[in-house]
Amino acid sequence: MKQLPLSRLNDLFAAISAARKLYIPADDAAGQARFTVWQEGTALSKNLNTVRSAKDLFFPQVENLVGFKVTGKQIELIESRDPSEPFVLFGVRACDCRSFDILDKVFLAEPADTYYKSRRENGAVVTMACTRPAETCFCTVFGIDPTDPAGDVTCWQDEKNLYWRANTAKGEALTEMLPLLGDAGEEAVKTQQAETRKILGRLPLKDLDLRGFDGEHMMELFKSPKWASLSESCLGCGTCTFVCPTCQCYDIEEFNTGSEVKRFRCWDSCMYSDFTKMSAGQPRPTQLERFRQRFMHKLVYFPANNDGVYGCVGCGRCLQKCPIHMNIAKVIKTLGEDAK
Amino acid sequence: MQQGLKEKAIQLLKDGTVDRVLGWKTGEFFYDLTPAVFRTPEEVEKDFVFSVFSGANLSKYLIAESRKGGKVAAFLKPCDTYSFQQLLKEHRILRENVYVVGVQCDGTCDIEKIKAAGCEGVTAVREEGESLVAETLYGEKTIAKKDALLERCTVCKSHKLVVFDELIGEQGEEQDAGRFAEVEKLEKMTPEERYGFWRGELSRCIRCNACRNVCPACSCEKCIFDNPDSGARNKAAADSFEENMFHIIRAFHVAARCTDCGECSRVCPQHIPLHLLNRKFIKDIDELYGEYQAGADMDTKPPLMDFDKGDCEPSVVYKRGGEKA
Amino acid sequence: MKNDPLIPMIGVVTKIRVDTPDVKTFRVVGLDGKKPFEHIPGQCAMLSIPGVGEALFSITSSPTQEDYLEFSIKKCGCVTDWLHAMDEGQQVTLRGPYGNGFPVDTDFAGKDLLFVAGGIGLAPLHSVINYCRHYRSRYGTIDIVYGSRSKEDLVDFQEILDEWCGEEGINVHLTIDRAQPEWDGHVGFVPNYVKELGFDTSKTVVMCGPPIMIKFTLAGLMELGFDKKHIYTTMELKMKCGLGKCGRCNIGSKYVCKDGPVFRFDQLDALPDEY
Repeated sequence: MKQLPLSRLNDLFAAISAARKLYIPADDAAGQARFTVWQEGTALSKNLNTVRSAKDLFFPQVENLVGFKVTGKQIELIESRDPSEPFVLFGVRACDCRSFDILDKVFLAEPADTYYKSRRENGAVVTMACTRPAETCFCTVFGIDPTDPAGDVTCWQDEKNLYWRANTAKGEALTEMLPLLGDAGEEAVKTQQAETRKILGRLPLKDLDLRGFDGEHMMELFKSPKWASLSESCLGCGTCTFVCPTCQCYDIEEFNTGSEVKRFRCWDSCMYSDFTKMSAGQPRPTQLERFRQRFMHKLVYFPANNDGVYGCVGCGRCLQKCPIHMNIAKVIKTLGEDAK
Repeated sequence: MQQGLKEKAIQLLKDGTVDRVLGWKTGEFFYDLTPAVFRTPEEVEKDFVFSVFSGANLSKYLIAESRKGGKVAAFLKPCDTYSFQQLLKEHRILRENVYVVGVQCDGTCDIEKIKAAGCEGVTAVREEGESLVAETLYGEKTIAKKDALLERCTVCKSHKLVVFDELIGEQGEEQDAGRFAEVEKLEKMTPEERYGFWRGELSRCIRCNACRNVCPACSCEKCIFDNPDSGARNKAAADSFEENMFHIIRAFHVAARCTDCGECSRVCPQHIPLHLLNRKFIKDIDELYGEYQAGADMDTKPPLMDFDKGDCEPSVVYKRGGEKA
Repeated sequence: MKNDPLIPMIGVVTKIRVDTPDVKTFRVVGLDGKKPFEHIPGQCAMLSIPGVGEALFSITSSPTQEDYLEFSIKKCGCVTDWLHAMDEGQQVTLRGPYGNGFPVDTDFAGKDLLFVAGGIGLAPLHSVINYCRHYRSRYGTIDIVYGSRSKEDLVDFQEILDEWCGEEGINVHLTIDRAQPEWDGHVGFVPNYVKELGFDTSKTVVMCGPPIMIKFTLAGLMELGFDKKHIYTTMELKMKCGLGKCGRCNIGSKYVCKDGPVFRFDQLDALPDEY
C-alpha cells in the first residue's frame, strides 16, 4: 500500500501525465463529471461518477475502420485506424471497472476486435473506491465491491490522503514511475471500507433478486405479458444505451468524402427503430419488442452465453438519466415474480 | 391535489367516460415517476401519483394513444395543454378520443436541482407546505420548493389551461415572468462570445436523442435523422460543428410549433440548456411576425405557414446582425 | 490490415450469369486470380461496394469448387440493386467465411437427404447439394423438391436439368406455382408437393425458402411424422459485423452470423420467435 497527501494530487497527475496521456473525471460547465485529458489546472471531480461511462476510452462513440479509394472498377484499401498510445485512466469506479470485463467477453472473443484490443492493452486502469454511494447504486447485487474495486491499481481517498495499491504487473510498472508515492499501512483504508459498508447496507436497491434470470427461463420471461406495461412509455431515445457501461451494439456505416469512402463504426442502440430493419422485413416492429430485447439480452441471453455473468454492473446511470424513469431495476422487480 | 386526481381517475374509469387513463406511475424513490396507462381503478389506486415530480408532458403520448380505439383520459398541466392544442391543430391527435382533465399547477420540481443543493442519496421526498423534505442515505435535508423548481417553472408563461373537458383547480391567466431574460443576455454577447457559449454547451451532447424523442413538436413518423436517404442522417458527424447541426436543424424544424414546454432541457442527460435555442426562435418570431404563442388557440395560423404582405423581407437578417458579423 | 476480421479483402467479379429476371450468379476470385478462401457448405460472406453498403450472402458454390466462389443473389435492396447493375471485372470487397455451415461431415454423413427449396432458397442449398454429389458415396439417396413462381424463376435450372436430373440416386422434383404453356411438369406449391410425394421419416431434411413456404412445409412434414431434430434450415437477419459482436442478428441467445445461419427446428423452438 502506498499513500500521498491529497495536497500533492496535482503533482501525481503531473508525474503520470509526463509519461502517459492521463484521463481523470473532471467537471464540465454544467457541473457533471466526464473523463477529460488532464492538463495543468484540471481538478479531480468530486462527483460520484461520470455521466458517460469509461467504455468510451476503449470503445469510442465513432471510430474509423478502413478507407477505400474507388477508381473505375478498382478498389484500394487505405489504412485508417486511429492510432492508440499507452494511457492511464484514473478514477474509475468499481462498476465501470467490472464493465470492462464484460466488454472483454464480447470484443476479445474469437475473432478478437483489434481496435478494442489495442486500446485495452494500452490502457492502465486506476480505480477509485466509493465512499458516498447514491440511492441509484446497486453494484453489490452483481457481486461488485465498491470499497475494493479491481483494476491495475486501486485507490482510496479520505480527508487527508490518497491511498494506492498496485494489483497487476501493469500497475506495478506504473507505481515504479511514481517515486512521490510514500509507503502506508492498511488501517486507514480498512476503516474507510467499514464505514462505507454500513451505507451499502442501507441502499434501497441492495436486495434486487436475480434468481430466475437465466437461460432456463428464457421463453417464460420472453413471453411475459408484463413487457407491455414496462415498455409503453419508452421513448426509444437510446439515452440508456449511451450512458450504459456495458452496452456495446454498434453500426458499420460508410461516408463518401468525394475522394475516399470511409468505413466507420459508431454506437447504435437496439432501442432504435431501424436497428433490425431489413428489406425482407422487421422482426421487432414496435417499441415493445425492442425494449424487451435490451433487457432480455442483459438479464438472460448474455448470462446464458457467459456462465451466468449479467450484462449489467448496477452503476445506476439508467436510473438517473432515462427521461421517463424506466430502468433495469424496475424491470428486474416487475419480472422477478414471473421468473421464480 | 394528488388525492383529487386519483379519485377523478377512478371515477372516470368507473363511470365509463373512458376506458383508460394516462397519468404517472409511482417509482422507487418518489421522484422517478414514469408516464403510464392505467386500465382499472385498482391499478390507479395502487400506482397512480401526481406530485411535484409530475413534470413529464403527457401530450405526445396521445398521438398514438388517441388512435388505439376507445377513449383515454389525460391529466394535462397548463403548459401541457398548449402542446396538446398545437398537436390538435396539426391533426396529430384525434380529439374525440381524448378526455382532457386540466390540472392547475404551481410548478414542478427538478430532482437534479435538489441533488445539486447537496442532497445525495435521495430515497424519498415529501412536501411540507412550501418546503420539500428529502430523506437521504446521509440524513434528512429540507429545501424550499421555490429553490427546487424546474427552470421552466421559474419563468412560467401561463397558468391558463387552453383546452380541457374538465378542470381540477382554478383556471389561470397568462403572465409575463421574463422568460426571455436569458435569451437577452445571449443576444447582448458578441458573436464570438455567443459562438463560444453554444460550442461549449453543445460539446457535451452525446446524441442520445432524448430531446427529440420527448419533444411534442418532433412527431415525424420518420425523422430526417433516422432516414438513411435524407443525407442528414448524422449517425457519426464528420466534425464537432456538424454534431451541433443536429440541434440547429431541430430548432428550425420545430420553429413556430414549439410551445416552450421545456421538456427538452428537463430530459437532457448532459444538462444542455436547449430551451434557450427554441426561446430565441420564439423571440425572433414575435419580433418579426408579431406575437405568436404556439398552441394558444386553434385558429391562428403559425407565422411560418402563412404569408402576409406585411411580412419582413429576408434582408432583415443583415439589418439585425449583418454589420456585427 | 491483413487478416483483420473487420477489414475486407479485395475480390474481382469475373463472371456474371443471369439466372432469372431477379437472380444473378456472381463468380468471385481474389486479386491473385485464385479462390479467395475455403468454406463449409452453408457458410456466408460479406460482400460490399464501398459507398453503397455491405451485406451478407450465402456462398452458393460448393467448397469442392477449387477455383472460385460463387454467390447467387436476388435483387431486393440497395446493395443487391448495385450488384445487379455491375459489369464483369468490377472489384468488390469480401470478408468471410462466417457462420456454422451445414453438418455435412457429421450429422448428414450416411443419411438419406431431402432438400426442400423455394425460389432463391435453392442458393444456399446448392452448395450442400454439389458437395454431396462430389462425395457421393458418403450419403444415401438425395431427393430435391424445388419450386418457384414460374419456370423463369427457377434458379440453376440448366444445371438441374443437365447434371442433377440424370444422376443415379438423385431424384429431382420440380414444381411451379401456376400452370404455364411451356411447362409440362408438376404445378402446385412446394408444401403441397412435399405432402403429395410423401417421404420416409428417416430422411434428414434441409429447407430454405420464403417464410410462408417454410411454415407450411414444416407443418406438412410434422404431419408425415418427421422429427424436428432432423430438419435443418438457414436463417437470415440484418447483419453488420458478421462476428457476433455488434449485437444485431440475435435470435434469443444465439447470433445468426456466428451460431447460425444453420439451425435445426428443435433448436429454434427453444428460442424466442423474433425473426
